Amino acid sequence: MAKSNKPIVWGPFAAGGTVTAFVTPALIVLTLLVALGATPELLQYDALLAFMRHGLVEVVAAGVVFVSLWSAAHRLRITCYDLGVRADTLVATVVYAVALAGTAAAIVYLSRL
Amino acid sequence: MGERQVELEVLRYNPETDREPHFQRYSVACREEWVVLDALNHVKETLDPTLSYRWSCHMAVCGSCGMMVNGEPKLACKTFLRNYHGVIRVEPLRHFPIERDLVTVIDDFVAKLTRVKPYLIPKEPKSVEAGEYRQTPAQLKRYKQFTLCINCMLCYAACPEYGLIPDYLGPAALSLAHRYNQDSRDGGRGERQEELASKEGVWECSFVGACSEVCPEHVDPAAAIQQVKIRSTLDWYQEHLMPWLKK
Ligand code: FES
Repeated sequence: MAKSNKPIVWGPFAAGGTVTAFVTPALIVLTLLVALGATPELLQYDALLAFMRHGLVEVVAAGVVFVSLWSAAHRLRITCYDLGVRADTLVATVVYAVALAGTAAAIVYLSRL
Repeated sequence: MGERQVELEVLRYNPETDREPHFQRYSVACREEWVVLDALNHVKETLDPTLSYRWSCHMAVCGSCGMMVNGEPKLACKTFLRNYHGVIRVEPLRHFPIERDLVTVIDDFVAKLTRVKPYLIPKEPKSVEAGEYRQTPAQLKRYKQFTLCINCMLCYAACPEYGLIPDYLGPAALSLAHRYNQDSRDGGRGERQEELASKEGVWECSFVGACSEVCPEHVDPAAAIQQVKIRSTLDWYQEHLMPWLKK
């Protein structure tokens, strides 16, 4: 039996699941801190902006955005299938395209910082 | 010990006389500490000797008494009556054809199990004189949990993917293959990968996790499958992106 090529789409999905498990709680805490007006010195807007402008950080950020969006897209694709939507190729094309478009938008935005 | 009257609703099917399965009610005087299997045995001994079901050990070891109890896959010998109220509905394991009453046809599972080669394939031939294989506790720990599978097939009855895609290898076969892959004495992973890394292998799994929830031996097949997915993904990257690493 032929080996599946599923790892192409599953690899970034698994990576995204792992990354978002760490990044999402951090983002929630950060957002709450900002909302409460209790932002620590280190996480002030100017400090973060300078940090995000670093080339390496931009690359990592783009990577994090890509795997997170991809992970959500893949999860949605599987969920659709399990819910009985059997047009898998169509669903896959749409959700992955959205993830890639989001990644492209993030890259454009990051490069303009 | 207390006694109570238990209403059992058991699925009956006799291939020689019935066109459709139907439910039959039995009212059984049960002791408080009885399990579902005790109640079935009592029915068979005192009320209806024609009732058919599989069992052997009565201690959650042989894996033959799997059935649906109120819609959930359970070992009848490990399912206490005192945890249920009202009528208890007993049906054969879901997703398997019925042979007779609670007895299912398990050929599909057995064929899949055979395909994944669930036995040690030594790395190289070793003579008896060369002595035994040695394993550290850490090496044992890598696969021990997956040895606990008793082939009861509750995970197949619980798995919605198996219900949707009958070709899917399924939780028990995959985790038993993983058990041997994880064994330091074994060299058969390459052979097993042909089945495991195929579309009908781990890739049909969408990580519902129901297999691990119903497993009476806490094998955690879902974990085994995810581990195989990670290994297969690394294999894929290695084969396609770094072909020079190929042995
Ligand atoms: S009778 Fe052996 S597992 Fe239940």
